[in-house]
Amino acid sequence: MATIDSKIPKGPLAQKWTNYKNHQKLVNPANKRKLDIIVVGTGLAGASAAASLGALGFNVLNFCIQDSPRRAHSIAAQGGINAAKNYQNDGDSVYRLFYDTIKGGDYRAREANVYRLAEVSNSIIDQCVAQGVPFAREYGGLLDNRSFGGAQVSRTFYAKGQTGQQLLLGAYSALSRQVNKGTVKLYTRYEMLDVVIIEGRARGIIARNLVTGKIERFFGHAVVIGTGGYGNTYFLSTNAMGSNGSAAMQIYRKGAYFANPCYAQIHPTCIPVHGDIQSKLTLMSESLRNDGRIWVPKKLEDAKAIQEGRKTANDIPDEDRDFYLERRYPAFGNLVPRDVASRAAKERCDKGFGVNNTGLAVFLDFKYAIQRLGKDVVAQKYGNLFQMYEKITDENPYEVPMKIFPAIHYTMGGIWVDYELMTSIPGLFAIGEANFSDHGANRLGASALMQGLADGYFVLPYTIQNYLADQIQVPRMSTDLPEFVEAEKGVQDKINKLMSIQGSESVDSIHKRLGHIMWEYVGMGRTKEGLETAMKKLKELKKEFWSNVYIPGEANTLNTELEKALRLSDFLEIGYLMAIDGYNRNESCGGHFREEYQTEEGEALRQDDQYSYVACWKYTGENSDPELLKEPLDYEETERKTRNYKN
Amino acid sequence: MWLTSSSVGRKLIMSISGLFLILFLAFHMSMNLVAIISSDAYNQVCGFLGSNWYAVAGTAVLAAGVFVHFAYAIILTLQNRKARGEQRYAVSENQGSVEWASQNMFLLGAIVIIGLCIHLVHFWSKMMLPELLGNAEMIQATEAAVNSVNLQLNNEVEATQNGAALILYTFKNPVNVVLYVIWLIALWFHLTHGMWSAMQTLGANNKTWMPRWKCISNIFATVVCAGFIAVVFYGYFA
Amino acid sequence: MGKEKELNITLKVWRQRGPQEKGAFETYQLEGISTESSFLEMLDVLNEKLVKERKEPVVFDHDCREGICGMCSLYINGHPHGKDQEVTTCQLHMRRFNDGDTITIEPWRSAAFPVIRDLMVDRSAFDKIMQAGGYTSVNTGGIPDANAIPIPKPVADEAMDAASCIGCGACVAACKNGSAMLFVSAKVSQLALLPQGKVEAAKRVKAMIAKMDELGFGNCTNTRACEAECPKAVSISNIARLNREFICAKLKD
Repeated sequence: MATIDSKIPKGPLAQKWTNYKNHQKLVNPANKRKLDIIVVGTGLAGASAAASLGALGFNVLNFCIQDSPRRAHSIAAQGGINAAKNYQNDGDSVYRLFYDTIKGGDYRAREANVYRLAEVSNSIIDQCVAQGVPFAREYGGLLDNRSFGGAQVSRTFYAKGQTGQQLLLGAYSALSRQVNKGTVKLYTRYEMLDVVIIEGRARGIIARNLVTGKIERFFGHAVVIGTGGYGNTYFLSTNAMGSNGSAAMQIYRKGAYFANPCYAQIHPTCIPVHGDIQSKLTLMSESLRNDGRIWVPKKLEDAKAIQEGRKTANDIPDEDRDFYLERRYPAFGNLVPRDVASRAAKERCDKGFGVNNTGLAVFLDFKYAIQRLGKDVVAQKYGNLFQMYEKITDENPYEVPMKIFPAIHYTMGGIWVDYELMTSIPGLFAIGEANFSDHGANRLGASALMQGLADGYFVLPYTIQNYLADQIQVPRMSTDLPEFVEAEKGVQDKINKLMSIQGSESVDSIHKRLGHIMWEYVGMGRTKEGLETAMKKLKELKKEFWSNVYIPGEANTLNTELEKALRLSDFLEIGYLMAIDGYNRNESCGGHFREEYQTEEGEALRQDDQYSYVACWKYTGENSDPELLKEPLDYEETERKTRNYKN
Repeated sequence: MWLTSSSVGRKLIMSISGLFLILFLAFHMSMNLVAIISSDAYNQVCGFLGSNWYAVAGTAVLAAGVFVHFAYAIILTLQNRKARGEQRYAVSENQGSVEWASQNMFLLGAIVIIGLCIHLVHFWSKMMLPELLGNAEMIQATEAAVNSVNLQLNNEVEATQNGAALILYTFKNPVNVVLYVIWLIALWFHLTHGMWSAMQTLGANNKTWMPRWKCISNIFATVVCAGFIAVVFYGYFA
Repeated sequence: MGKEKELNITLKVWRQRGPQEKGAFETYQLEGISTESSFLEMLDVLNEKLVKERKEPVVFDHDCREGICGMCSLYINGHPHGKDQEVTTCQLHMRRFNDGDTITIEPWRSAAFPVIRDLMVDRSAFDKIMQAGGYTSVNTGGIPDANAIPIPKPVADEAMDAASCIGCGACVAACKNGSAMLFVSAKVSQLALLPQGKVEAAKRVKAMIAKMDELGFGNCTNTRACEAECPKAVSISNIARLNREFICAKLKD
């Protein structure tokens, strides 16, 4: 078995990042200009990395599939971003943010990475404010905070319900500035289709111009992947329609390890599914759980009456309401971490207490908040979220409780990276949701924005130099080198093959079937048998895809069906990776819940003696199962406990 | 020059020339109202604004204002049509909050210009122009027009300065009344949008002032146009 | 959820192969569309049907489908993002339509937004305007504490309202002059209001206006169509602030 070196610096936890920065190699300004860096993706991680690297003087090529960098799905994050500023004087600290994140991740994250994340979190807020991000403020003019799941302090900074948008626009504006300066060149409506490896190092990418259909080659001394997560494997998720895991799969096939693919986050507060032509699910921010109370009827007959439309929420008196999160977890109440809240909702619905016509929803009620704070205060805090809910459901949350249900939201798993955010391929880096590094088995609310920006602004710009310092003698390479030609040919062959199938199933119809398999067997509750079934069904579906998919039009021009087909071909493989990883992990932790492993009270039961490792999957070929490599997780600073949100 | 080379600069030219014309309208309307009160007084004003150097200079500046406003209206409209692109929407409708006048300022402006030309023929060509040119034939024509109406005056005035008589002469004709009323209604629409729009272009607007400026514009346009129309009807019924 | 019904509708959709090619409307019939589905899900059904008939699907931009990315466009029955106010196309639901309706769908039409294919247009002009000056000139790192400069809440809130622009281009699509003033003013306002952005406010407004003019957007005539159609209700008071900033900056030159 290959050894996995995560390159964690020596020294006490709190000193590691400082030590690293003090001793790492740097690239001098004159040499930076000679080095090309390809950054794929323009979300929080990609845009902040491209902007920061450009500002340092590197020559950056930045790619995105949308028409503008500002469209990246980071923009949809609503609630906020965590930082250990302790502005509220409520006992927060870098250590506490670190500890909450490790605990929230169910002790499956790397301590050193998480500590660094907590350490740089404060600089992110400073940076964003300097960019003009209009965070919410108190009347005294200072920044306001709110609380989020999994924490007992208020450390979340927010900009109405549009925090992700404002942070992304901040990064986008920094990126725009670098484009203007000429340090970053933007390639919009370009999709990466492969990475080019020369003598074992990442040296460029093959990308398709989505407007012309032309396949093009790009050289870089290093390649950075910031392409987000793979939640769309489930077809229905809160991800954007274009979000995909293809870049991750391309580099996985070239030798980068895929870590912990089974850790997918199911977000507890999404608008329930309405019908079979639904294309995506809409998240309602976790911040709603600050003031909203989650409940289902206590009596089964009330639940039944609601399901059949004979009663509404307002017909159920308070004493007949089961505020099950407050009942089960008195200390954290409605603010338990996402995985816990999701499973609790599933448990109630499985028992028949669900509250919409499908029985797959619970109430999120603002009646009590309106009584306590008044409608105006509630509107001030959550007005735009309420409006969004009403637009979609045609129900007014000021009058009737919201109906919510868990949905796939985020993937903690991703490309394995070491402390320097470098994958197992030298010169190839992965940042943001695309990597696996900081959230363990479950991510806390308002931490994704923090991680994306930490990687892009404050980690990668340092660590990439440690790699590039050795590369200053390497001249820009010609894209006519055989490795480029071969990679392009591989891409072209794949496209030709897809176009030539001319079967009878549309891409979306196969994707929906993939989604059903994933949700059924690799969803909120997983079993050994279910995962076996999933793997079998996924193999069949993959076969069907490659023999019966139909793509109209031509490849050498704009072709949205071809784009979707290329992405689906990768989702099919990610689905399989998720299933095999879940099958291997005989324990429950965070977002991975194996029904065989639960406490008597239905909580996740970890098997620390056997599974305290990062499962790194190594590609072994088209038709063989991947090889499992393990990076052991050593906890020096924190004592692993069963997570307790009760008291 | 940024005034002509930037979009905001060009709009600023429109707004300042427009505000200048608004001031002129206010002055002209107040002057006209004098005609209703006293023909003599009105003719004194006409005499004061005869062919003096300051009146000529004022007229020149005014003409320049109209010309600039009109020329830039044409330039902006052409640029804006180009910016809209060649392919037009097959179906297009406005939200209720979008005022009709705001979408049709050029059309309204064109009506106002046509009305202005008619107005110049009716009055300016009979009053200031003959004096400036010293053209006997034109002066005789004016005298004929003035003499055709029976107007009691306390003082003898020259025909070219007998504005009061010209008002009666012109608006005796109901066709002129209809033309002027159409003209003034177009002007009303033009002003209701033009005035607050000018303030907006100057940057003198915000959420608080938006409704105030709209209210002021509506009141101003109504007062000015009602004042003018009152004189038209005075001429017709007197 | 409300009372679900099924609709039969007729679609008139603009189809155009490329920027240089001539486009035309095509008519499609759809049956049994649930009132609970979104407008884009209805188009998904159309595309699925077209693919089943082995035809090329209608190309349109869309991504987040929750009204925030600004990717979706579509001029629906004479309005950008449809007749409903303060929604994007992806938030528009079929319950807003009636059985038997004919729905006309066109791309954004403006010289600065050429059609790429069908209903997809090129809005990269917005990026270019942003690149001209839509930022504060700070590098990463070396920043004072976030609370070092207090900002009055009303100012921060007003900046937030301006910053809520999603860059979809509905303002340009709605404007009979093809003007981008609402978009530009939203960014100029946001940054001019905040002390962080004030430092280079004059430089920014001049650069962004110059770029906007260069790219062929029209002159604003204050029709307010942009504000009425803006899915985020960005106010034209931002345009007044932009004018103010620009005129003051130029007068100081």
